Amino acid sequence: MTQNNGKLLEVKELRTYFDTDDGVVKAVDGISFALNRGETLGIVGESGSGKSVTNLSIIRLIPNPPGKIVSGEILFNGEDILLLPIDSVRKIRGRRIAMIFQDPMTSLNPFMRISRQLMEITQLHLGHTKSQAYEHAIGMLETVGIPDARARVDNYPHEFSGGMRQRVMIAMALSCQPELLIADEPTTALDVTIQAQILELIKKLKQETGTSVILITHDLGVVAGMTDNVIVMYAGNVFEQAKTSELFATPGNPYTKGLLRSVPDPTAEQGKLYQIPGLPPDVAHLKPGCPFAPRCERVEEICRREFPPYVQLNADHFSLCHFAQDVFAESRKGPEAVSQP
Amino acid sequence: MSTKPTLKNGSSLISIRDLKVHFDMGGGGLVDKLFGAGPTKRIVKAVDGVSLEILKGETLGLVGESGCGKSTLGRAVLRLTEPTSGQILYRDQDLSKLKARDLREQRRHLQIIFQDPYASLNPRMTIGQIVGEPLDTFGLARGKEAERRVQELLETVGLSKRFIKRYPHEFSGGQRQRIGIARALAVDPDFIVADEPISALDVSIQAQIMNLLERLRREKNLTYLFISHDLRAVRHVSDRVAVMYLGKLVEVADAKTIYDEPLMPYTKALISAVPVPDPEVEASRQRIMLEGDVPSPINPPTGCRFHTRCPFAIDKCREVAPELVEIKPNHFAACIRISPQQPHIENVAPGDAPGLVQS
Repeated sequence: MTQNNGKLLEVKELRTYFDTDDGVVKAVDGISFALNRGETLGIVGESGSGKSVTNLSIIRLIPNPPGKIVSGEILFNGEDILLLPIDSVRKIRGRRIAMIFQDPMTSLNPFMRISRQLMEITQLHLGHTKSQAYEHAIGMLETVGIPDARARVDNYPHEFSGGMRQRVMIAMALSCQPELLIADEPTTALDVTIQAQILELIKKLKQETGTSVILITHDLGVVAGMTDNVIVMYAGNVFEQAKTSELFATPGNPYTKGLLRSVPDPTAEQGKLYQIPGLPPDVAHLKPGCPFAPRCERVEEICRREFPPYVQLNADHFSLCHFAQDVFAESRKGPEAVSQP
Repeated sequence: MSTKPTLKNGSSLISIRDLKVHFDMGGGGLVDKLFGAGPTKRIVKAVDGVSLEILKGETLGLVGESGCGKSTLGRAVLRLTEPTSGQILYRDQDLSKLKARDLREQRRHLQIIFQDPYASLNPRMTIGQIVGEPLDTFGLARGKEAERRVQELLETVGLSKRFIKRYPHEFSGGQRQRIGIARALAVDPDFIVADEPISALDVSIQAQIMNLLERLRREKNLTYLFISHDLRAVRHVSDRVAVMYLGKLVEVADAKTIYDEPLMPYTKALISAVPVPDPEVEASRQRIMLEGDVPSPINPPTGCRFHTRCPFAIDKCREVAPELVEIKPNHFAACIRISPQQPHIENVAPGDAPGLVQS
C-alpha cells in the first residue's frame, strides 16, 4: 500500500450533480480536500450545502439516476475509487471505509436481532464463521460500552435506547477495523448528555485504533472539540479550509465569520445575536458570481459578477472569496476590531 | 414547607400549581394480568407535580432532555393536552377548570409556536388564510381589514406581503417558522409557548428567529415560555431558566446564574455536555459524564428521579422525593443534599443530607 505523504484520502475537483424536474442541481461542484492518516476532518455546512453528498460520493452511494458523479478523483490510499469496478468498491465499503448515519433507528433493520446485524459484516468481509462472528459481535458491543453485552446481543433494535442504538451503529462500523470512518451527523438525533458520551466514545476508539475520521456536522461546538482540520461548505463548494484552531481564531471567509458569530456563546453576555441575513441559496438556480454574495455583508460589484477564486492564505488555510486576504487580515487584527460594525 | 417558587420582584402572568399530566398506557386489567402485559397499570407521568411562576414580560426557558416532559408541560399550560390535576392560574381564572367555551375565549391571549414548521402549517391553505384564520375565528377582523392585518403581520415577522397567496411548500423552514409566528401574533396574545422553535432550523436561520422573537417580545410586550433542549439558545434568549428531568422541575434560577453557578448535579452535567464553539476551551475543559440513559417515565425511579445517574446520590436519595427549595435568593433547587447553608454539593460531608431537616 502506498503512503502518499500520509494522505489517506484525497478528493480532487469532485462534482456530483442531480437531474431534477427543476433543472440540474449541482450538489457538489468542484471540491477538493485531503485527509491525513489518523486525523479527524470536520465538514460543516447548513442543509443543502453538499456535505452529505460529498461523503456519499466517497463510497459511491449516490443513487443513479438522478445523481451522477460528473467528474473528479477520489484517491483512497492513492487509488481512485471512481475508477474501480463496483465489486471492488463493495469490498472497500464497510471494511476499509465505514459510515455512521444520523438516525440510528432507520439505519438498523428492525426485524433483525442486533447479533445478526453485527455478524453479517464480519462474516462477509473477514470470512468469520458463525461462532467467531458471534463472539466478535459481543466483543464489539463491549468495546462501545453496552453494559451486559452478552445478554443484550440477541435483542432487537427497538429494545435499545437512541444512544445505545448509535453505539451499536459504531460497533458495526468499527467491526472490520476500517481505515476511514465517516460519521454523518452522528449525534444530531441525540440528547446532549448522550451526545457527549458518543463523541467521547468516538474520540477514544479513534485513539485506540488509529482510524481516520470524517465528521459531518452543523454544530460548530462539536467541530471545535473533535477535529484537527475543518472544511466549511456552502452551496456545493468548499468556502474555507483550515486547521480547526486557526479557523475558529482567524477565519478567512465572510461566511465562516458570520456562522461563528451567529452561535450564542453561553459563557458571555451578549446583546443581539449576529445574524446572517437572507436564506441559503437554491442550488438549482444559482446566479453567476459568488453563491454567498446575496447574504454577504462585505459584498462588492465583482462578487455578483465573477465566481471567487480559492485563495491560499498560508500552508493549510484556503478561502473561496474575492477578498480572502482582507478578511483574513481583519480576523488577525483581533475579534474586537471586526465585531464592532 | 415552602415549595412554591415565587419571586419577590415582578408579578406573575401565569401560575402553575402542582400540575400533573399522566398518560394511561393500559395494563392492569384482567386480560393484561393473564397475558403478560403485566399486573400493574402502566402510567406515564410526563409531568408530575410542577409548580412554576411565569412573570409578566419575561422569557422563561424550559430545558431538559427528550422525554422529560417539557413539551407536555408547555401544551398542558394551554390545555392542548389535558392536565390530570393541578391549577393553571391566568387573570384570576384557573384555566384547568374552564369549560370549552370560556377556554376558547382565553386562548386568544395564549398562543403557541411549534417545533416543526413543516407539519404545523396546513399545506392546502395559503399563507394569507393561515395567518388570517385566527382573526376570523375570534371575530377580530374581516374582509379588507383582515387582509390589511395579515399583510401587516407578515411584514412584522420579516416576510414580504407578496407571499400572501402562496402555499407553505414554497417556503423554506425558516420562512415557515416566521409564518407560524405571524399566526400566533394574529390575535395579539399576552403569552406564547415557543416549543422548540429553532431546533429544526439551520444555524444561520436560528439566529434570525431568536432575534425576531426577542424583537417581538419587546415591541409587543409578550411573555414567552421558551422550550428547548438547546442550552446555548435557552441561555441566550431567556431571563430565567427552569430545568426539567423526568416530569419534575429540578432547578429554577435566572439564566446567567444557572449557567455560571448551577447547583444541581444534573444541571451541571447538562451544561458541561454542551460543546462550546471554541477549540481552546474544548481542549481544556473537564466534562462531567453522566452514565447511562434517561430512565423510562413509566415507573420512574423512586425518590429523586436522578439518583440512578447522580454521582452524589446516597441511600436516602432513593427514598425521599426532593422538593424545590430556595437555596439562594431566587435560585431554587430540588436536592436533599444541599441547603442554603451549604449550597455546593461538592462540599457536603459524605452521607449528609441537610435538605432533609428542612422539608
